[in-house]
Amino acid sequence: MTATTWKAPKLTDTLKIAIHDKMVLGRATEELMIRMMRTGHGYFWIGGPGEEGFNVPLGLLTKKGHGPDFDYLHLHYRSSATVLAMGAEPINLLRQMRSTATDPYSKGRNFVNHFAIKAWNIVPVTPTIETQYTTVIGTALVQQRHGGDGLSYVTGGDAGSAEGDFWTCMNWSTRPGRELPVLILVAQNEFGISTPATQTQNNLRLNERANGFGIRNACVDGNDPIASWHAIAEAMDYVRHERKPFCLQANVSRLYGHSSSSGANRYDEPDCIGLYEQRLIRENLMTQAEIQAVWDKHNAQLSADLQKVAAEPMPGKEHVLQHVWHEGPAGN
Amino acid sequence: MANLAQAIRLALHYGETHLGVTDVFGEDVGAPLGGVFTATQGLKTAWNTPLDERGIIGTALGIAYAGGKPVAEIQFCDYIYNVIDLLKLCGNVTWSSAGEYHVPLVLMTPVGSGIHGSMYHSHSFESMASHIQGWKIVMPSNPKDAYGLLLSAIEDPNPVLFLAPKALMRQKGAELIPGEPADERTLHTMIDAPLGDRSDWQPNWPPVEDYRVPIGQAKIAREGSALTVVTYGRMLPLSVNAAETLAKEGIDVEVIDLRTIYPFDLPTVKASVEKTGRLLVINEDTEVTNFGEHVIRKVMDEAFYSLEVKPELLAGLDVPGVGLAWGYEQHSVPQADDVLAAMRRLATQQA
Repeated sequence: MTATTWKAPKLTDTLKIAIHDKMVLGRATEELMIRMMRTGHGYFWIGGPGEEGFNVPLGLLTKKGHGPDFDYLHLHYRSSATVLAMGAEPINLLRQMRSTATDPYSKGRNFVNHFAIKAWNIVPVTPTIETQYTTVIGTALVQQRHGGDGLSYVTGGDAGSAEGDFWTCMNWSTRPGRELPVLILVAQNEFGISTPATQTQNNLRLNERANGFGIRNACVDGNDPIASWHAIAEAMDYVRHERKPFCLQANVSRLYGHSSSSGANRYDEPDCIGLYEQRLIRENLMTQAEIQAVWDKHNAQLSADLQKVAAEPMPGKEHVLQHVWHEGPAGN
Repeated sequence: MANLAQAIRLALHYGETHLGVTDVFGEDVGAPLGGVFTATQGLKTAWNTPLDERGIIGTALGIAYAGGKPVAEIQFCDYIYNVIDLLKLCGNVTWSSAGEYHVPLVLMTPVGSGIHGSMYHSHSFESMASHIQGWKIVMPSNPKDAYGLLLSAIEDPNPVLFLAPKALMRQKGAELIPGEPADERTLHTMIDAPLGDRSDWQPNWPPVEDYRVPIGQAKIAREGSALTVVTYGRMLPLSVNAAETLAKEGIDVEVIDLRTIYPFDLPTVKASVEKTGRLLVINEDTEVTNFGEHVIRKVMDEAFYSLEVKPELLAGLDVPGVGLAWGYEQHSVPQADDVLAAMRRLATQQA
């Protein structure tokens, strides 16, 4: 793949079924990790069940690779379905959930869903809910100079958009003559931990804030993976070729609350997977039995993965001082 | 001889032509000004940012993620406080990602008092910075060290904070930077932008050469046997001057220029204290949780039985700011007389 050959895949029936598969994988992984938290296999859970309808298409539409020819991902911690859709091994999420020494993303140092995958330009996810809106400027600036159609995208929640970094991102990516290929993504679930958005936002269409910067923007139903696919593809196409920012809001559900801190109990909100399965059946793309088989397949594999992870070593004293400093030559 | 601002400029020029520096940026860093102290004047990779410290640090981190080598500037350290969480992020990326990513960036910022800077152009930052893990911190006291430290910082694969003592920015060095013209007037005509319209001006860079001051290596600025003074930045020349005064009284003081705040050169400090039996740490940061307290604690751990008298710290008073009227600065930040008096007292104190 080169800088000029990227085209979004055609949304075929096969791909629609594959999207369902990845959505189920994302949900089953998150639900297992919630059970891990409750059964002593992890200290703290935070994730994004309910956002699969948007996050899976996002992952599948990502130009995956290393270096400025490819997309840089500045994710927040609700992005498991995106990373799994890109091909991440679910067992590695379980490792981070359990804080094992084998956790490839942080060696047991960070919360679950805090990825760092250099081969795919996924820069380290951090528990801050806003800094990614500033770091995305830097990778996009490098890409703007480099040329090609690689872009940088950043994900965040509606609550995090209250931070100044959200405005910093829009301001820096629209400097006259210095516009940047940034896709600014906001997941609107209408809560910031426990605080309803109606108490903190005068307009739930956060993408409309981009109007003040002249940034093209849109809002999509993130519970609809087909609509999300088309909205993301259109936004990415604009950013890739116009080399200018785009702001896309996805209205999503938050099915298990904020994190362990709010109990991680199931909320009565629209479920993107259930809605999508009804559609697949309605359109004769899958049967109920086939859908159940997808769930069974992933749950069985995840159970086997957990058995393996439970026996893996935990970090100890010998790990503490590793990676304080980088000792090799500079250059990511 | 180059002054400190010119030395920084020469180092950045060497960095962008030999060490892969891709971006030198910050508020007013690019043309036409080239930095409020002119330390970035004429550089080919220098550019101006919005007045937005968070954008500056985040962008630097992003550039580093994408394989670039950024040198960012916060115009005065007093304005760095709204990016502390981003500094924390820069410092913890390597550890938190288990080595998957690292952060080769340099952050420059002027520090300290001495220019009638008032409440927001006079702070020190090294003590605060030393609490942000994952960063190396350097502070030169002369142009040649500034050049050598900055080249080492640029090549380091970890984030390095380069603190420039603003009161020394126009101080000329005692030694030439390798490749620097011997005649300072010649250097001036080559690299200093003219006053007024400079839209067509281009620098004529001298062929400066590779010269490194290793990070973590202090320098004995003056040898002596009666007292060890550990200091850095603006307090270094004051300390050397005081030591020369005391030498005329027969008091022979050793002055160590730390140059690197973190990780600091404990072996050099320890060896000196073992020789003199006395330790005075001098800096202009406020005294509570001052980095000098850490130096003293490490000496207590490593060389306690070599001490003949209790070690001391001469630092700024613990007040909310450096006031504009000279009386405030004079009585809250160590001055030449304070340095001299503290050195004399500790060197002559009964063991």
